[in-house]
Amino acid sequence: MTVSATRKDLMIVNMGPHHPSMHGVLRLIITLDCDDVIDCEPILGYLHRGMEKIAENRTIIQYLPYVTRWDYLATMFTEAITVNGPEQLGNIQVPKRARYIRVIMLELSRIASHLLWLGPFMADIGAQTPFFYIFRERDLINDLFEAATGMRMMHNYFRIGGVAVDLPHGWIDKCLDFCDYFLTGVAEYQKLITRNPIFLERVEGVGVVGGEEAINWGLSGPMLRASGIQWDLRKVDHYECYDEFDWDAQWQKEGDSLARYLVRIGEMTESIKIIQQALEGIPGGPYENLEARRFDKARDSDWNDFDYRFISKKTSPSFELSKQELYVRVEAPKGELGVFLIGDHSAFPWRWKIRPPGFINLQILPQLVKRMKLADIMTILGSIDIIMGEVDR
Amino acid sequence: MIIDMTELQAINSFSRLESLKGVYDHIWLLVPIFTPVLGITIGILVIVWLERKISAGVQQRIGLEYAGPLGILQALADGTKLLFKEDLLPSRGDIFLFSLRPSIAVISILLSYSVIPFGYRLVLADLSLGVFLWISIASIAPIGLLMSGYGSNNKYSFLGGLRAAAQSISYEIPLTPCVLSISLRAIRFAVFVISSLAECERLPFDLPEAEEELVAGSQTEYSGIKFGLFYVASYLNLLVSSLFVTVLYLGGWNLSLPYIFLPHFEINEVGGVFGMKIGIFITLAKAYLFLFISITTRWTLPRMRMDQLLNLGWKFLLPISLGNLLLTTSFQLFSL
Repeated sequence: MTVSATRKDLMIVNMGPHHPSMHGVLRLIITLDCDDVIDCEPILGYLHRGMEKIAENRTIIQYLPYVTRWDYLATMFTEAITVNGPEQLGNIQVPKRARYIRVIMLELSRIASHLLWLGPFMADIGAQTPFFYIFRERDLINDLFEAATGMRMMHNYFRIGGVAVDLPHGWIDKCLDFCDYFLTGVAEYQKLITRNPIFLERVEGVGVVGGEEAINWGLSGPMLRASGIQWDLRKVDHYECYDEFDWDAQWQKEGDSLARYLVRIGEMTESIKIIQQALEGIPGGPYENLEARRFDKARDSDWNDFDYRFISKKTSPSFELSKQELYVRVEAPKGELGVFLIGDHSAFPWRWKIRPPGFINLQILPQLVKRMKLADIMTILGSIDIIMGEVDR
Repeated sequence: MIIDMTELQAINSFSRLESLKGVYDHIWLLVPIFTPVLGITIGILVIVWLERKISAGVQQRIGLEYAGPLGILQALADGTKLLFKEDLLPSRGDIFLFSLRPSIAVISILLSYSVIPFGYRLVLADLSLGVFLWISIASIAPIGLLMSGYGSNNKYSFLGGLRAAAQSISYEIPLTPCVLSISLRAIRFAVFVISSLAECERLPFDLPEAEEELVAGSQTEYSGIKFGLFYVASYLNLLVSSLFVTVLYLGGWNLSLPYIFLPHFEINEVGGVFGMKIGIFITLAKAYLFLFISITTRWTLPRMRMDQLLNLGWKFLLPISLGNLLLTTSFQLFSL
């Protein structure tokens, strides 16, 4: 679909893969009529690493360190989906403490991801300073991650049936301190950004997505919720233990870039609410469940027998994925992150199809930028919030 | 023979002395030329340092630290690095226009320093044109931008050049009536400040080199010291416009604080020189105060869109400044 132009000699500009605001290696071929965008063709694949194929000859434990490279800014979610699939396939129970730890980690990761959306988004509009402010807060989250998991970004923390290690001593107090501090940080962003007239002029009414349109394009996450659809998988799917906390799904009805900004800012404070409640109510008990339930083979083997199946933290040849298929999904900060998993009685998944939210959300970009100005491309692309790592996989 | 030789030598030495005197005269001629150039260069270095240090303060960073005390020499180090870098030329660009552009940018702005009064009757070139020389010279800048946009053979540069031309044309027009009219000082000041920021292509209005959209606008293809000259030119422009704001609106070399009187000097040479120095100091202090504002603006605000920028220029600033001019002229008529 192209928009009718005022003249024949249109300018075709190739943006990316090496362009400051292409969020990695996205490439857009843009047809311009002066400053108006006539056509836009995204070209993907510059960061394609064959992650789905690689998953087919790795056990889940072997594959876990690699999944944080899908969406490298919301790393906990990729780990969560990677262990949720086999857990549901093998019907493995997760202890309550592990569920609480997971929720805390996921919500911290959501905040980290939204923060690293906010900074580049503001930089796309031209304000460089928020970039440094968000890193101030994000570093604290990374410190918390480092204390709990040993790594700041690529944690490798989730395990089938729980998490790798328990929270260290004093971590919960540190995390509560962070929550208190972060609320002042969000208030600061709101004061700096939300009512800035230039900011409002740049984002209001730019990249409007209607509710029905959003559903038809398969959008998810803040993109969908900003268009007036109250669809949050944490509320819809009741996974982990989100039902035990008191929080609201954030949504707006305008569907423009400002609405997406407001949804994400709101989600950060909601995440803090969830984390605070989880930290207050975290139960004791084990943080992992190393025993897998069996389906067909050796159903009644004795505990610790030769045939008994442990999951184990190390590569365990005895944990195999049963011959079934399922689709699991979590509400990642960018939208619905899903995995379609087919087991084949082996330790390796037969098929590991990733549904990255960024990839699906990016589809609507060419339609949104048409009839807009050149500068609006950056606003709209920024408000979609893509990570090329998960778009190309 | 021997006498002849000595005579010759004497004559030779004489002529050598004569030529030395000539050289000395020439050098003496160069001193007043190079003093302001040196002063301006130091001013630029100070602005670069200020910009980086203030931006670091705004962004809660430390900023420059290692090159010299508090990183004062960082700009020199950067300049030296740029001097030694390879000068890349776009393979199918117009090399002449491409290479001419940085010098046009710098020289045209350097010229406008000659009409800035730093004190009472302390101007490099006391032209009857005054501030209009600055405005007319500033109009050369879009030509240079178009040249580099065209000569770079790069679409980002081309778009950046076109944007810059559109921007400086639409902001020079409100700038001129602001200089002309005298009434309603506050409005005039606001319009002038906004237009001069837009003229300098500073952040709320830095569309020609908007990094997130056009990579570096018309400077995309430049490297080495040519790229450095653009930075020199942009800071020169900033300094010159803040000096003009100082002279036109902030009282120039007068100390604008009430109840503080400068000791009045006798009209002798020493007192005159001292007063002159104080005048220069006050002018510079005010200019740097204004620079502080524009630097903090740059690191606080997001960027406008091209159509919003042009709308602001044509639909808001131009009517206001024209109305202002109308008011001034009608006052003049009635007072006659």
